[in-house]
Amino acid sequence: MALTVARSATRSRRPPKTPRIPKARRIKDPAVDRGYQVVNYCVLGFFTVAVLYPLIYVFSSSVSSGYAIASGKVVLWPVGLNFEAYKTIFSSPHILIGLGNSIFYAVVGAMIGTALTILAAYPLSRKDLYGRRPLMFFLLIPTLFSAGIIPNYVVVQQLGLLNTRWAIVLPAAMTVFNVIITRTFYQLNIPDELLEAGKVDGASNLRFFLSIALPLSKPIIAVNMLFYAVGQWNSWFSAMIYLTNTDLYPLQLVLREVLTLGSVNPDQVGSMSAAEFAHRQDLFNKLRYALIVVAMLPPLIAYPFVQRHFVKGALIGSLK
Amino acid sequence: MTAESVGSELTEPQRAAVELEQARATTRTAGSEHRRRSPLKRIAENWQLYLMLIPPIAYAVVFLYWPLYGLQIAFRNYNIVDGITGSPWVGLQYLQQFVTSYQFWPVLKNTLILNIYELFALFPLPVILALLLNSVRNAAYRRGVQLITYAPHFISTVVLVGMMVMLFSPNGGIVNQGIGLLGHSSVDFFASPTIFRNMYVWSGAWQTLGWSAIIYLAALAGVDPQLHEAAKMDGANILRRIWHIDFPAVIPVTITLLILNMGSMLSSGFEKVLLMQTPLNLSASEVLDTYTYRVGLASTVPQFSYATAIGLFRSVFALILLLLANWLARRVSRSNSLF
Repeated sequence: MALTVARSATRSRRPPKTPRIPKARRIKDPAVDRGYQVVNYCVLGFFTVAVLYPLIYVFSSSVSSGYAIASGKVVLWPVGLNFEAYKTIFSSPHILIGLGNSIFYAVVGAMIGTALTILAAYPLSRKDLYGRRPLMFFLLIPTLFSAGIIPNYVVVQQLGLLNTRWAIVLPAAMTVFNVIITRTFYQLNIPDELLEAGKVDGASNLRFFLSIALPLSKPIIAVNMLFYAVGQWNSWFSAMIYLTNTDLYPLQLVLREVLTLGSVNPDQVGSMSAAEFAHRQDLFNKLRYALIVVAMLPPLIAYPFVQRHFVKGALIGSLK
Repeated sequence: MTAESVGSELTEPQRAAVELEQARATTRTAGSEHRRRSPLKRIAENWQLYLMLIPPIAYAVVFLYWPLYGLQIAFRNYNIVDGITGSPWVGLQYLQQFVTSYQFWPVLKNTLILNIYELFALFPLPVILALLLNSVRNAAYRRGVQLITYAPHFISTVVLVGMMVMLFSPNGGIVNQGIGLLGHSSVDFFASPTIFRNMYVWSGAWQTLGWSAIIYLAALAGVDPQLHEAAKMDGANILRRIWHIDFPAVIPVTITLLILNMGSMLSSGFEKVLLMQTPLNLSASEVLDTYTYRVGLASTVPQFSYATAIGLFRSVFALILLLLANWLARRVSRSNSLF
């Protein structure tokens, strides 16, 4: 009470100012709105934590001591920090081969896929392409009706691709969905006027594509590269059915053996002796976490760089 | 009167307008002339574009259409030595064998339950998430939520299932440790058919919710903010504004995506189901695709024709669902259907 009196006293003592025109006053939100915002922030926050927590937990476990994991001491942050699991991974020939193969499949797959997609999408974006609709439909039919595993397997077999790297890269090379996104990108970003101007200047279609359309395609090339690379990086099923040579296995397939089959071949995790058994059990626990981190890190690192492109241009147009 | 004499009498913007009009007239005649030309000429005109199309079309022929041609395996008694065309026709024998087998109903039931559960549980959530995200005013908070919730989309199925196996492990997994703290005995999450369905669907929510919301966010970005301001002036609170302004804006996208989802309903999540399958949850986890794989490739005596017949059954079923959904969407509103 005394405080309010004092305050009003100070206020009244101030010299009267010249009346000011109030700045554009913000209308106060109704109570419902404020309540909604609180609930909204909480719900989104909860969901974000729920998504993030397993990722942090896996990462923490991969750098904790095997004992701490087994006894349940790792809850959020690493306990008994050590990087033994990573050292083991990067000294295991089996895993390194898988890593190398995955990089190969991702890079080659991304290049072939992006090239095919651009070559399909640019002509299909052109209004003056005769037979544009039938051609698009030609590409769309297989997405509506799939042949299934066996006919695909037979094709790979007949092409003589079984047990070669091409069996992984080629059948999954182009995705029609990406062609549609890319085509829409061209429709939105290369106006007819630009093409007319190019024609007036005497540029041929190829010339126009190479010196005008292609330089404008950087964002969509990045998006395609990411989609195809991530697709190849994450795939394992085609490798499982088309490959018997373990030297060609991608990392995901190596990972599957270690993770879901729950067994590990001693020579897969490096050297060990019988005396090291307890230690090995410990290490094996952690190794699975570390392998997960290694397998999921590259796409997670790559995607924020490309994120703004697909959020802005590509996906907005894809449904129009 | 020559063009120059006209030009000299006109002001600068007027002259520009006339020039523009003249240019338009030229392109118009060029356009109609274009339409009159024969297809062959029009192809010849853009031959370089057709040249560009050769590699992707060749890809489609080999890797998308050749397998469709191979579907006839389902109607033949396929063996590798004779190849597709050399193997004898057997008609509908294999389709009949599948439809009358004791596995038919359980497998079909599992497939439908799993996919319908997933569709109904997960379809509304991205819409809600997008509506919530859209009304966040703090840009940094919004961007942070998006960055984190998109991330699992880029994680592979193997990694996802691997994480689940470890987090939900009955001996020492973090989830069972939590259950232990609450005083319950540990649960073997991968051994129960009922839990399998929940695990499958809700791990899918974890992985795809953020990503699926993008498309709705894009639709919401097209909403005119003036609508919101006007409604605010009229005293509408935020819930009413979301319901009457934002929600109608996402409905067309929602319907289109619903059609697409129904079309791919029977084939979604095959790899994840296969990875999550254990002998103990098989009664809920054996779906059309895993069954095809089991009899076609994983068995010691691969039955190519039988497996192809099952795959064909699935594809026809999926196509019917897609056409049905599309027909329904068209009845609701013409512009919403896919084709």
